[in-house]
Amino acid sequence: MAILDVHDLSIRYTIGRGTVKAAEGVSFQLEKGEAMGLAGESGCGKTTVALSILKILPSNGKIINGKIIINGVDIVPIDDAKMRKDIRWKVVSMVFQGAMNAMNPLYKIGDQIVEAIKLHEPDVTKREAKERTAKLLEMVGIEPERADNYPHEFSGGMKQRALIAMALANNPDLVIADEPGTALDVIVQAQVLRLMKELKERLNLSIIMISHDLSLIAEVCQKLAIMYAGYIVEYGDIVKIFGEPVHPYTVDLIESFPSIKAEKQEMVSIPGFPPDLLNPPSGCRFNPRCKYAMDVCKKEVPKLLETSKNHYVSCHLVKR
Amino acid sequence: MADLVMKIENLKKWFPVSLGFFRTVFSKEQLFVRAVDDISFDIRKGEIFGLAGESGSGKTTTGRLLLRLIESTSGKIYFHGQDITTTGEEEMKVLRRNMQMIFQDPYESLNPRMTVGDIAAEPLRLLEKSVDPGEVEKRVSQTLEDVELTPADEFFFRYPHELSGGQRQRVAVARAFVVNPEFIVADEPVSMLDVSIRAEILRLMMSLVQKHKGSFLYITHDLALSRHMCDRLAIMYLGKIMEWGDAEKIIFEPLHPYTKALIEAVPIPDPTAHRAATVIKGEIPSPVNPPPGCRFHTRCPSYIGDICRTKEPQLIDVGKKHFVACHLYGSEK
Repeated sequence: MAILDVHDLSIRYTIGRGTVKAAEGVSFQLEKGEAMGLAGESGCGKTTVALSILKILPSNGKIINGKIIINGVDIVPIDDAKMRKDIRWKVVSMVFQGAMNAMNPLYKIGDQIVEAIKLHEPDVTKREAKERTAKLLEMVGIEPERADNYPHEFSGGMKQRALIAMALANNPDLVIADEPGTALDVIVQAQVLRLMKELKERLNLSIIMISHDLSLIAEVCQKLAIMYAGYIVEYGDIVKIFGEPVHPYTVDLIESFPSIKAEKQEMVSIPGFPPDLLNPPSGCRFNPRCKYAMDVCKKEVPKLLETSKNHYVSCHLVKR
Repeated sequence: MADLVMKIENLKKWFPVSLGFFRTVFSKEQLFVRAVDDISFDIRKGEIFGLAGESGSGKTTTGRLLLRLIESTSGKIYFHGQDITTTGEEEMKVLRRNMQMIFQDPYESLNPRMTVGDIAAEPLRLLEKSVDPGEVEKRVSQTLEDVELTPADEFFFRYPHELSGGQRQRVAVARAFVVNPEFIVADEPVSMLDVSIRAEILRLMMSLVQKHKGSFLYITHDLALSRHMCDRLAIMYLGKIMEWGDAEKIIFEPLHPYTKALIEAVPIPDPTAHRAATVIKGEIPSPVNPPPGCRFHTRCPSYIGDICRTKEPQLIDVGKKHFVACHLYGSEK
């Protein structure tokens, strides 16, 4: 059984000027021990989907349709108290974006991790929590004595490691990492990615890695979902998607990554910019930027179809 | 040499560290952050020169020193053969017409209370006071067209908050190019933008550089991009240049262990690629008290012994103007 089954999820934000259609019919599954990348440009809805899995959407955000099934239980109808008691951090946890600012500067690193443990498992004594914190820090490659440091005494890479330790505090099955390593230098970034890979193997963790950087996802993940303007446009096995991308957006996105190894080439970019989700284009939301757009693309939203095993594409170019 | 736009000799910038009242009064020692510590290089006409390294390596400080946005501690900066470290403020203003900067963050580098037209016109009004208003408008419109903010009259009266990140960075590019500068410092101009629009902005800057026959100092931490952008590349670490030369050479035949480590750490957008087994440990040390000898020796995977700890390697030419500062390749002379 899949550990996470997101089915036909739609999310809206209500703002002064109207309704933002942030996610539309998003579906994907994640098995135990599997890592999936969720990629797309800023504003495509990737963080929204992640927040909805923990049910910590901002107060103006609402799940209007769909199911989020974690370990066989649909969490959409579950209330906040129960989420906090049973799901958050024990089953699903998150490494928030911006390692530099995600911690409280007034508390010691160790105390912040102890707080996470005690909040979700009130039976644990303070002493046990401290011992666990030391182990967690060691696991992510920080000397346990550094638990008494404040966040400003940590470098960027160490803060990112500490945040990962915090996400693992209550032994979750699934960790969502929002843009890990994007604010870090390449060498430190490589260290953090390596750590995530190791932890995944060692703890049999499932990971959802959110990033706009496909090259980071390619380092860690086996599965990939490409989002564009609230829709998943291509989804499946990462090697297949990189090998034979089908959706015109995926093709352009992969090509827009300069590789350090490849021949010196013209840099490719996708003309235009993502649509305003207050008032998205009808039909396929990529049609105004798509070089293959046909009449049907403006009228009908394409369905996500399986083009080959473990490779799904939502595009009218795909013959059904 | 006639074709050099910039020549930098032994440039240093040490920022004094403030220690608080008591230690300032009662202690004689003064600590410095050695942000840039004795670097020399040159930039040719029409070339894109890349300056790469981790954060804290001193690349941004170098960029600012070259435009004299901050004053150097010592060293010489020659712009077309003229040493600009000693020129007066008035003369510097005249020179700045030929030197402009594009900043990293288009969300912070544009004044939110000014319209796009005013932002792009400001360098003209400040640096070329004689230009009359009609002429200013014409040149600004032309520049906005150049950066593909079309139709220009539509963007002229918009405010930065009405623009996307990519459009804002185009405004920043327009502001730099409106005075037809010969030399531009671009400090991580695309690191805040989405990958899908980075290439477009970079291509735009490259075509403008070619059109104006200007030179470019491109500051970046992204080696994959710099390889596609730059003619020559310098790798900085803790205020020192570790290696510099032709970009192709540096990327494909790196010599310095630090350059090698940097290149190996670049993620490859291919799930089937296998990464080299070693990732160097640790992070960049503090520039207040840099390691003695070679500054990289604390993290170096090819540490060869005491010489690395005690003697600072000098940049030596290993052929075809490819310079490297490492004891593995012998010492000078």
